[in-house]
Amino acid sequence: MSAHIKDKKRLSGVLESKEVMMIKGPLIFVKASSGVSYDELVEIELSSGEKRRGRVLDVSTGVAVIQVFEGTTGISTTGTSVRFLGKTLELGVSEDMLGRIFNGLGDPIDGGPAIVAEEKRDVNGDPLNPTSRAYPKDFIQTGVSAIDGMNTLVRGQKLPIFSGGGLPHNLLAAQIARQSVVRGENEQFAVVFAAIGVKYDEFLFFKKFFEETGARNKVAMFVNLANEPAMIRLMTPRVALTLAEYLAYERDMHVLAIITDMTNYAEALREVSSAREEIPGRQGYPGYMYSDLASIYERAGRTVGKKGSITQMPILSMPNDDITHPIPDLTGYITEGQIVLDRGLYNRGIYPPINVLMSLSRLMKEGIGPGKTREDHDDVYNQLYAAYSRSQELKSLATIIGEESLSPTDKKYLRFGEAFERSFINQLPTENRSIEETLDIAWNVLSILPETELTNVRPQYIEKYYRKG
Amino acid sequence: MSVLGRIRRISGSLVVAEDMAGIKMYEVVEVGSEGLIGEVSRIEGDVAYIQVYESTSGLMPGDPVRGTGNPLAVELGPGLMSQIYDGVQRPLEGIRELSKSIFVKRGVKLPALPRDKKWHFVPNQQAKPGTKLSGGTVIGTVKETELIEHRIMVPPNVHGILKEIQSEGEYTVEDIIGEVESDGKKIPLRLYHTWPVRLPRPYLDKLEPTEPLITGLRIIDTLFPIAKGGTAAIPGGFGTGKTVTLHGLAQWSEAKVVIYIGCGERGNEMTEVLERFPEYKDPWTGRPLMDRTILIANTSNMPVAAREASIYVGVTMAEYYRDQGYDVLLVADSTSRWAEALREIAGRLEEMPAEEGYPSYLASRIAEFYERAGRVVALGDPRRVGSVTLGGAVSPPGGDFTEPVTSHTRRFVRVFWALDTALAYSRHYPAINWLLSYSAYADTVSEWWRKNVNEMWAEDRKKALNILYRENEVREIVRLVGTEGLSETDKLVLFTARLLKEGFLKQNAFDPIDAFSDPKRQYKMLRSILTVHEAISSIISQGTITMAEVEPVITDLVAQLMRGRYTIPHDKLEEFDALVEKILEKLKGLQHAR
Ligand SMILES: Nc1ncnc2c1ncn2[C@@H]1O[C@H](COP(=O)(O)OP(=O)(O)O)[C@@H](O)[C@H]1O
Ligand SMILES: [Mg+2]
Repeated sequence: MSAHIKDKKRLSGVLESKEVMMIKGPLIFVKASSGVSYDELVEIELSSGEKRRGRVLDVSTGVAVIQVFEGTTGISTTGTSVRFLGKTLELGVSEDMLGRIFNGLGDPIDGGPAIVAEEKRDVNGDPLNPTSRAYPKDFIQTGVSAIDGMNTLVRGQKLPIFSGGGLPHNLLAAQIARQSVVRGENEQFAVVFAAIGVKYDEFLFFKKFFEETGARNKVAMFVNLANEPAMIRLMTPRVALTLAEYLAYERDMHVLAIITDMTNYAEALREVSSAREEIPGRQGYPGYMYSDLASIYERAGRTVGKKGSITQMPILSMPNDDITHPIPDLTGYITEGQIVLDRGLYNRGIYPPINVLMSLSRLMKEGIGPGKTREDHDDVYNQLYAAYSRSQELKSLATIIGEESLSPTDKKYLRFGEAFERSFINQLPTENRSIEETLDIAWNVLSILPETELTNVRPQYIEKYYRKG
Repeated sequence: MSVLGRIRRISGSLVVAEDMAGIKMYEVVEVGSEGLIGEVSRIEGDVAYIQVYESTSGLMPGDPVRGTGNPLAVELGPGLMSQIYDGVQRPLEGIRELSKSIFVKRGVKLPALPRDKKWHFVPNQQAKPGTKLSGGTVIGTVKETELIEHRIMVPPNVHGILKEIQSEGEYTVEDIIGEVESDGKKIPLRLYHTWPVRLPRPYLDKLEPTEPLITGLRIIDTLFPIAKGGTAAIPGGFGTGKTVTLHGLAQWSEAKVVIYIGCGERGNEMTEVLERFPEYKDPWTGRPLMDRTILIANTSNMPVAAREASIYVGVTMAEYYRDQGYDVLLVADSTSRWAEALREIAGRLEEMPAEEGYPSYLASRIAEFYERAGRVVALGDPRRVGSVTLGGAVSPPGGDFTEPVTSHTRRFVRVFWALDTALAYSRHYPAINWLLSYSAYADTVSEWWRKNVNEMWAEDRKKALNILYRENEVREIVRLVGTEGLSETDKLVLFTARLLKEGFLKQNAFDPIDAFSDPKRQYKMLRSILTVHEAISSIISQGTITMAEVEPVITDLVAQLMRGRYTIPHDKLEEFDALVEKILEKLKGLQHAR
């Protein structure tokens, strides 16, 4: 959208103001003559000569409110000059960015050469026209049974991992990134990785992981660490997705975008909002957080007539493991499902500790079935859900009334539940199961139940698969 | 003379403009050199507060703001059907073709109705020059799609003597097809007219909704029915099945016209409808669903001010087809996003917030929206009865039904389909909780069921509900004291409730047989389960045979009965009877063995 600004009266491009009127949290209020535009990128030069960047959040005749990405620490109302750059924040994009590491605003930090941009793109992007989208349908085999069997991922989906402190979400994300394939295809793929306010060791974990798997030159990393300025976090996912869109829609690549941790993003959003004294919605988060998060998450998908796609896997930690907290809640309302990690399973030594009942893949139905996974997949998955939730119900009932007072069938449900967790969900971080293996294990555990309990499975599949293992 | 002012301030979707004396509340304005569309939402002196329907990035103080003199209005005429519009009625297909981009670029302007397309207009016999016409009178028809005969009406606010009318032939929407003289003024008639979206279209009389709107969804039609012209809300946390249910309503309902508003939800959910509806057949007419459907898409990443407008744009179109004498179903997914748009706009205007930051007029806005539902006698001749049925998804934060949007909505709708996270977690879909849901139309529509399906419908419906209510109590007892102390009757209740849930209430929206049940099939399935229930009840009441003895004998057949929902199609309903017959025989055998 920067073009809009350039066209207009400020042909000279840059405009300058030396009058900083007020500094408040991450915001500075600057006196500016006319010609400042909304959302414009600015450069702030401190008296020390240090340069920072920011963007215009609010502008009226005379005053511009600027959010400073690198924070306001050390900025003074005197000796500061603010230059309005006549464009919004842009990213110069190129295929050469794969294999490189950038800061949260898209500048290289790996000591490598400057990027020669093929084109410049506004990091805010534009909404995809729903008529240009193509509904995602291609099954991605992640090799993880709890996902492939129960919450199937498809290409172009946005499927977040809801986690909590200390849970192995990074290990799982890395396993998915390593094992994912669309069977029968050998197409161009790339990974765009955005670290938002994460600790250094987490960044290192991913960096080493990409190096070890030999995928290094297929990955572009955008990194904002926990000790780096919080305001940059609002831009990092946008910067990363701008590259993802370029690779997907201009370079025909299938892009997997891993974004971690969206909770840090939302906290930065709250900080700006409270500095602007906006009326808060739930728990102090701004009322527009839903729309704001959507402007990130909706940048995923497939489009008509283009080969590439963006599959998004954001990771977020649920404060206090609470899925009703506004951050996971609003995320779940936007994304196409969620993979929920569970502390109880983790403590019992189940990896990946995926709570399948709370997890969901909304795009699963189009990605499974004959020709995609297997004919019985739909029925098996429905049956596993019905039976596993029954087993969980009975498990809690048994703690009250005692297992011995359960009926023989109910006891089989308890055994089923155990086996489902131990042999279906549970697997090694290095174990890559084919969808057939996953479904075969499913039939093994379903075979614990009497045939008459399998009311969600068509007779012909019972005939073919039940107790055949 | 249109007002011309300039921007004073920009903050998100809000633009404040000065020198705007003469501007009217809710007038549409063009902002900046690109003429971005906005709407006036507050006036103070010569300063106007404007909600802009497109991204405001790059606007500057001093940029021009031009009044258009008109409130936000929609074009109503042939060509609406099968379209997909954005929140302010811009055709998204057209925008894609024009901009040659996969993205929605701002500032693109296109009329809602195609200007070059010719329609075959057939004037009405009665519409002869010299006749007196009142507002709403039908002067002719256009075949809009295979399914929709579009009735061309005199705009509601126009009346007078018909001076001229064109003969049968091909006309574009802008061609003048007639002329009315009213108080000496000549008013041209076209195939379309415009109507301001915030003003409900007038009608002659409102009628009581008495006929069910059959939806093909069993738990809805049988337990919590909606009537033509009625209102319903479907609240539920994320992933509980709001969208799938609304898609189901749009797909299967016996409505003549369906308007689907994707209000602040996912882009792919609109794409899904766009890909599926042209292929899927309307079960009532066998025609592609798209022939009767209009889509409005303001996805979650599209500008929020247009989200607020999208609801009104949709309901105005619904009223327009209602006025033609059709039964219209409008579904909005999600009204919570619309309410949040209200909140965001109010917040930018620095209005005093009430609960959770929502403006104090939230409740009245929700009420006004649902008030636009109804079964009415339309204005003008000939007499036409049409209806607008409204169904809105509600997305309560954290699944908490006490939050403002859910609790206010509850006051203004007559059907409440409460979705339940626990049911959704176990993949019991539709996850409509039968203990918390209700329909105020159950009694009024029972007459229709009695006449068209079965005498005993109302009684059987109550029986089923009572079993489900009782099951809840029995489960409570089990949680406290275990299964030991249960009476045989209570054990039967648990048995039948499972049968009802697995074999009747669960309905897989993606299974070709299960997804849709017509009223006959619904009743057949319900009656089958109740017949088994009654037979077992009469056996165990004699006190000699227990449920523990009954169950193993019939478990195989009962499993088949439960599978019936997705294995026995509409044209093989007698298979339900055969199964029940076999179960009854087994039960008899059990008694004889005694
Ligand atoms: N009737 C149904 N049959 C089968 N699956 C369903 C049904 N209703 C919901 N689902 C499943 O639940 C998921 C979430 O439903 P959806 O309607 O998108 O939820 P919400 O709109 O409430 O967030 C769907 O993607 C689908 O997998
Ligand atoms: Mg939904």
